[in-house]
Amino acid sequence: MEVPILKQGHYLIASIQSALSDADLSQLREKLIERVGKFRARGVIVDVTALDVMDSFAVRTLRDIAHMARLRGSETVIVGIQPEVAFAMVQLGLTLKGVATALDLEEGLEFLNQQGQGHGRLDRG
Amino acid sequence: MGGSTVADALRCLIGSDADVVQARQMGRELASQLGFSPGDQTVIAAAISEIARNILMYAKRGEVQFTKISDGTRPGLIVVAEDRGPGISDVPRALQDGYSTSGGLGLGLPGARRLMDDFEVVSAVGEGTRVTMKKWKRVNG
Repeated sequence: MEVPILKQGHYLIASIQSALSDADLSQLREKLIERVGKFRARGVIVDVTALDVMDSFAVRTLRDIAHMARLRGSETVIVGIQPEVAFAMVQLGLTLKGVATALDLEEGLEFLNQQGQGHGRLDRG
Repeated sequence: MGGSTVADALRCLIGSDADVVQARQMGRELASQLGFSPGDQTVIAAAISEIARNILMYAKRGEVQFTKISDGTRPGLIVVAEDRGPGISDVPRALQDGYSTSGGLGLGLPGARRLMDDFEVVSAVGEGTRVTMKKWKRVNG
């Protein structure tokens, strides 16, 4: 199941549409990291609203995406973690330490815009 | 009928990572039929995802079986994950957080154990592994 990646301004938005296998998640990671460079993206939003489960592999892959994107100069925010998914993650002992999260797409965009005002001031003149 | 009633088991063969998704979706569907809350459905699906992935990682193939049960007052779900892979030489250690021989997070078995009410691992080196886990529907949830 391929995850569509949209470009919106300086940001990339990956909107997960359904349950993903481990291979789907790995593919999403490769594609996002490649596109951060291709589109010179300053921010990445991964919308996980439709993700059925956030298990250890999903959490590790999202963490990798955020850390790899940061190394490429792009900030990542994970949005749309559902209450029951959060509940299961906490019980599993999974954290997204060091990765920004926001309630939904709107809040995620707001977060990235604020981040941009901090370090992006110079090149925006 | 006294004691616990056992319905026919459903099974899901595990041989690819799409099967892991299939197994956890079957588990969620059964949990939903049994009246588990959305939170517990997700908890069960997450536990299945971890143990089904373990089959794939260590044994390449195996199967997950689901059985609906009842203790007379509340329904429950038994999930058995079985493979004929290399087995686990030190089960207590494999149940420790952060212990992994695969380069993973080492949260698979201990994580799944935390999610379920009962959790048992039987393994023999060279013969395989069977993980049996059980979740009861909470009376007030």
